[in-house]
Amino acid sequence: MSKKRKELLKQIGLHLFLILVLVTVLFPIVWVFSMALDPRNIDKPLELTLIPPGASLDAFRRVLFEPFKLLCSDPGDVASCMTFMQLFRNSLIVALGTSLIAVFLGSSAAYAFSRFQFIGRQAGMLGFIVLLMLPSTATLASLFVLLSQIKLPGSDESLRLTLFGLMLAYGSGTLPFAIWNMKGYFDTVPRELEEAALIDGASMASVFFRIILPLSVPALAVTVLFAFMSGWTEFVLAWSFLEAPSRFTLAMALRSMQGQFATPWADFSAMSILMSVPIVVLFFVLQRYLVSGLTVGGVKG
Amino acid sequence: MAVAELSAHIPGKPKGRWARFRRRVKESRIAWLYILPAGLVMLIISFLPQFYQIFMSFTDYRVQNLRFILFDPSTWEKYAPPFVGLANYVKILTNTLTGVENYDFWRMLLFNITWTVANIVFHVVLGVAIALALNNKDLIGKRFYRALYVLPWAIPGYIAALTWRNMYDPRFGAFNLLLAKINTLLGTSLPTDTNWLVQTTPPIGGPLSFLPLAFYCVLLTNIWLGWPFMMVVATGALQSIPAELYEAASIDGASAWQKLRNITIPLIRPAMVPAIMLGTIMTFNQFSVIYFVSQGGPFGRTEILITQAFKLVNAVRLYGVAAAFGFVVFFVLLIITLLQNRVTRATEAYYV
Repeated sequence: MSKKRKELLKQIGLHLFLILVLVTVLFPIVWVFSMALDPRNIDKPLELTLIPPGASLDAFRRVLFEPFKLLCSDPGDVASCMTFMQLFRNSLIVALGTSLIAVFLGSSAAYAFSRFQFIGRQAGMLGFIVLLMLPSTATLASLFVLLSQIKLPGSDESLRLTLFGLMLAYGSGTLPFAIWNMKGYFDTVPRELEEAALIDGASMASVFFRIILPLSVPALAVTVLFAFMSGWTEFVLAWSFLEAPSRFTLAMALRSMQGQFATPWADFSAMSILMSVPIVVLFFVLQRYLVSGLTVGGVKG
Repeated sequence: MAVAELSAHIPGKPKGRWARFRRRVKESRIAWLYILPAGLVMLIISFLPQFYQIFMSFTDYRVQNLRFILFDPSTWEKYAPPFVGLANYVKILTNTLTGVENYDFWRMLLFNITWTVANIVFHVVLGVAIALALNNKDLIGKRFYRALYVLPWAIPGYIAALTWRNMYDPRFGAFNLLLAKINTLLGTSLPTDTNWLVQTTPPIGGPLSFLPLAFYCVLLTNIWLGWPFMMVVATGALQSIPAELYEAASIDGASAWQKLRNITIPLIRPAMVPAIMLGTIMTFNQFSVIYFVSQGGPFGRTEILITQAFKLVNAVRLYGVAAAFGFVVFFVLLIITLLQNRVTRATEAYYV
């Protein structure tokens, strides 16, 4: 009897602790939802309430369908202002481009590092470690200058001002992690499978696409998740490089809403939620791969 | 794994030194072909700027020099930035930069290290403790807790940081409103007008008096953001510990503390060490939280190196100085990584 009671007390104690943690986790999230429902869209919430009086989804409607008055090509013309859909499109292009670069270029390079003993391998690995440590913010100045000097054929704009340039910069930024992580995972795929396929007459390329990649789904999923996330929310390079409002991303728009003195709280919160939802959904869909696909434990030379 | 390597197992092939070398070259060619696309992108976007940055860091590169184009000699004479030798580095390290507010390199470095250590300690302790609490096999609602606990990791850090900034708002932020609510409910008289991010008097004196209230605010934000990652890594490691070990320890009469010290910690260590190293680099360069929550204030006392680097480019547009600064940051990180590597290697012998 006393043992059962001890067990019960332990359960209650654990739950109290876990609920306390849960409250701290959910507090900012609930706050944002509560703000987003506030019908007054004031710059001053006056009281801490779970559901504000007269709660409505008006803020979501405004964010989704009304133009962003601070982001206009021509300040006098509302029609030239960015809409949520246009910002969404830019963000999606950049995030998808970043993911594609990370997965395709990254997995191919990771395969080489995992399977070949080639000349320059050591130097290459060392280069990655250096790049992993050097955040792109630290090379911001030179990247800015260099990308300003490069023009794609058939365009009179410098690469710095385009979404494509941004995509390349993010892709390059995520590649060291992508290659490192996928190499660690490829190392765990048994070589016997490929050797058997090669003896059966399969080509190197088909071994890579038909055997290695399907067996490495967890690592690919993690790479896509991180690359998409960094492209979707990156702010530093976008804010420094882009000039035309028509190229602006959601992350830049969200930041521009937060004013020095006044923030339209409801709109800001609604926008935060709209921007987070795709990432959170993607995260939960890919979550079962996170532990197995993140080979932080397998990071070896 | 290549065809060339396979053929090595087939008897009767010549195995001379020359043949081996040729095979290696051939294999290298295939390998480099796989690396080429990624290598090319990284060469242009990541490595080339590094080399260009070396050049820039020795010049007084400013806005007017942006017209200088390396590949166009006609711009050289008019727009080439003046060579200044090590002047940028000297200015950075001796705090003699002009036109940059609240700049003090050594204060920033000390703050950056304090920030990183404090965060990592909280992340790891909380992450492991919560993972342990959830590792109880009779616990009800385990999956429910785990699913919700990863939310701070799932929400983009950038958005979380902006939200936390709003919560610290002195008049309308959640914290002061929460305190007001507590006051009306419990009849207490807690202060409800705290200026969380601006107040300059340090809440803890003595050796910690260089940390303003804003430090504890950004720390709290980053703890909220960071522990779920450590929890997920620790959970994975805990699940791979065989239950027999604990049973055997119980039979031997080991206490809960002894089990934690002698079984749990040594066995989750191999998974935690790389996560901690990754976490250290990421926290050291945690741009979002500092830049969006405290903005380095008050008076630059919560500025870290990476946010200062950003401001040098974006706010004051001293590109040459920013380039030199980027290098200094890189060397600081290099030293930290090497030190950390040595510490973990040294402690390895103790545990295993």
